Amino acid sequence: MDDRRVVITGLGAVSPLGLSADAMWKGLLEGRCGIGPITAFDPSGFPCKLAGQVEPYRIQEFLPKAYRKAAKLMSRDIELAVMAADMAMRSSGLVTRAIDPEHVNIDPPRFGINLGAGLISCDLVEIAPAVAASIVDGGFDIHKWGSEGMQLVPPLWLLKYLPNMLACHVSIIHDLQGPSNSITSAEVSGACAVAEGRDVIARGDADVILAGGAEAKVNPMVMMSQCLQGRATTCPPEDAQIACRPFDQAASGSVFGEAAGLMVLEALDHAVGRGARILAEVLGTGESCSASARVPGLEPDGAAVRIAIEKAFEDAGLGPTDIDLIIPHGTAVPYEDQAEAAGIEGAFGVHIERVPVWPTKSLLSNTGAAAAAIDMIAGVYAIVHGMIPAARNLDRPREGCRLQINTRPIARPFRRVLCCCFTFGGQAAAVIIGRPTGG
Amino acid sequence: MAQGPRQHRRRVVITGMGIVCPLGHDVATVWKAVLAGASGADWITIFDASTYPTKFDAEVKGFDLRGFLADPTAHLTGNRACQFAVAAAVQACRQAGIDIETNDPRDGIDRKRLGIYLGSGEGSVDNKTFFSAIAQSWDQDSGTMDWVRWARIALESQDPVNTREQEPHMPSWHIAVLTGARGPARSCLTACAASTQAVGEAMMMIRSGRADVVIAGGCHSMIHPMGVMGFNRLTALSTKNEDPRTASRPFSGTRDGFVIGEGAGILVLESLESARRRGARVLAEIVGYGTSADAFRVTDMHETGRGPIQAMQAALKDAGLGPEQIDYINAHGTGTIENDQIETLAIKAVFGDRRVPVSSVKGAMGHLIAAAGAAEIICCVMALQDQLIPPTANLYDVDSRLDLDYVPLRPRPARLVHIMKESFGFGGQNNVVIIKRYQ
Repeated sequence: MDDRRVVITGLGAVSPLGLSADAMWKGLLEGRCGIGPITAFDPSGFPCKLAGQVEPYRIQEFLPKAYRKAAKLMSRDIELAVMAADMAMRSSGLVTRAIDPEHVNIDPPRFGINLGAGLISCDLVEIAPAVAASIVDGGFDIHKWGSEGMQLVPPLWLLKYLPNMLACHVSIIHDLQGPSNSITSAEVSGACAVAEGRDVIARGDADVILAGGAEAKVNPMVMMSQCLQGRATTCPPEDAQIACRPFDQAASGSVFGEAAGLMVLEALDHAVGRGARILAEVLGTGESCSASARVPGLEPDGAAVRIAIEKAFEDAGLGPTDIDLIIPHGTAVPYEDQAEAAGIEGAFGVHIERVPVWPTKSLLSNTGAAAAAIDMIAGVYAIVHGMIPAARNLDRPREGCRLQINTRPIARPFRRVLCCCFTFGGQAAAVIIGRPTGG
Repeated sequence: MAQGPRQHRRRVVITGMGIVCPLGHDVATVWKAVLAGASGADWITIFDASTYPTKFDAEVKGFDLRGFLADPTAHLTGNRACQFAVAAAVQACRQAGIDIETNDPRDGIDRKRLGIYLGSGEGSVDNKTFFSAIAQSWDQDSGTMDWVRWARIALESQDPVNTREQEPHMPSWHIAVLTGARGPARSCLTACAASTQAVGEAMMMIRSGRADVVIAGGCHSMIHPMGVMGFNRLTALSTKNEDPRTASRPFSGTRDGFVIGEGAGILVLESLESARRRGARVLAEIVGYGTSADAFRVTDMHETGRGPIQAMQAALKDAGLGPEQIDYINAHGTGTIENDQIETLAIKAVFGDRRVPVSSVKGAMGHLIAAAGAAEIICCVMALQDQLIPPTANLYDVDSRLDLDYVPLRPRPARLVHIMKESFGFGGQNNVVIIKRYQ
């Protein structure tokens, strides 16, 4: 691999636990659950009525004055990304034109972005008047839609829904003119974005890459899709706090949510040169995929997860005994938990007995393209503070599951943390981050 | 290291290609049509667009996946564009000698080192039931949606598998099932630049040693009521309903927008040593890649073309080439007023007074959106092979304000060693690759 080392020097997160990375960490430490009954729309027609929702915010507070007009072109996915990007940049000490146009200290062509995004759901209320204007004899009429109805759709409508617009808005706001990519690999997007962003820096094509993922999954379209696929829990609303139970015998499905997690990835030499505060180093990444026609996600032995972890070990020059903490994907979909556990156990062998495993979705929910990124951010906090809280909602581990899920808080130095994730299309990724060890 | 010379890196070559596009379902047929200046455009038949501002498109015609694979069962659930991608991957793998016929492939490729990188677009909802569910649940007087009613209708009318298959990462799963790939499997969706980016980043995966072989390219179809509506509202599409076949006319003085197409282009990228070891025939070498962001507006390109300029210069630097070494530019050339003008400016900024030949195959093929770049790179490989510059179809009258050497109507024989391929996405993400004749 290329030899330019890459570190993390800034964090930004918007999650069901609050409007900052610090708020998320505080919520995690307190064991506060960000999952509750859906308020964004009336969910009573769906089997699943729960979600991890972001508290109310004012997007204008996160936009430079000159760019506030553009807010009308932002879907919620874009808003969340823009907010997390603003906080990540500020926390890194880098000054972009959005933060202070008089004191910019970045070289825009050397600054890029690699941002995971989901399939942005159509806001049905926005197009409903156009559909309503296209009714003939009580039914939708495509002729009337073409000649009249669609004229009611805002002209720039499409630009709210292109998944690359998360990265585009952020790059415009902060003037990031370097390499730019939008990864759309569902729940591994955030990890792939970090892996690729690191490689872009390692090969010398940029000095800084803002990397991570964002997705807003609390809407009727996602709920319909996940309910149809049987991945969403049908737990009653009053049990919201205990609904999402990764690796528990009583796991009944995922709870979907919304979040954005962005990290400032920076070449070590660049970070040292400007005296930046280095939070962690990205030590290794690995990716793989499932290849069985029988199941459209992980195979029962979790082979894709195992291979991704093995590749991350190889990339980092590390092995199972070097890892102090595992943050799994842990969706709480029973089949997925079983397959992921098998994959992690396969990669660690006997060493799995000594590594704590900390699933976070019981509190954060499953935030799609943001999930892996906010887990990595949680991992950075664990490294910085040397502690993790107890995992929630694990009363009786799945039968045969050998993962050592931390039922108690742990306070000890975490030198290296492994984050893994996978999708319902079988892609898997693993990222190892570590305590900075100096130049 | 980062800024140093890159002569020690692994060379990456192309050993297989496959295409499904409006001009045909195999490379030879498509290339012949491109050289002939044929048009893939005609009236929209996929849905009833007879009252739309634009009533024509460039559709894939007469396609049936069953003609490509003995047992296509696993892939018939894939969305429209995904099936194109599978068919194109079948062609590319067979040409490259990647064994997709047996369960225990003996082609000498380690599956853990076989990756996938697709610029794959999202699929389409089932439009009939989608519109109907909205119409039946919307109350125009109060401006509210009855979500309980919507949920009931949607859950009853939408199909779980079909819903899942619309996600942009699902084509990657199909290619993994087809090939047994176990390496990195990423999807990106940087609008119209996506599959060029996928090819560029796939090359980087091989160079950095993360894979030996990567199946790279893209697939997309936005020819559905919402897709065409979205582009029509942006006024990005040609509305020359009087003559669809000549409507796509990049660089013409009478151009009025792009013609929406669909399809898939897939390439097998491979390290030179892997290709030599396997005895695979090398079709071309890929020697440079550059990516950038305009960081200007989501609605317009920067008036100086600074983003495209930076991507072109980055690709040249990556390849270790000067502009005088590029023999032909395969343009993004969409046929919108803005793109062709800014792209011309950008080329002039990089190439100075040197009149390097330029053409756009979108005149013949239409604009395959996320799949465009890969399909066009395939044309570039054919151009190297035949030493022929493909013409810009329908270019009878070059815009008097544009002053490059645009190759019109008929192919032009030329000595071609290096070809530059440009792709620019809505929102300002730009990608450029350089391919080289293999000797």
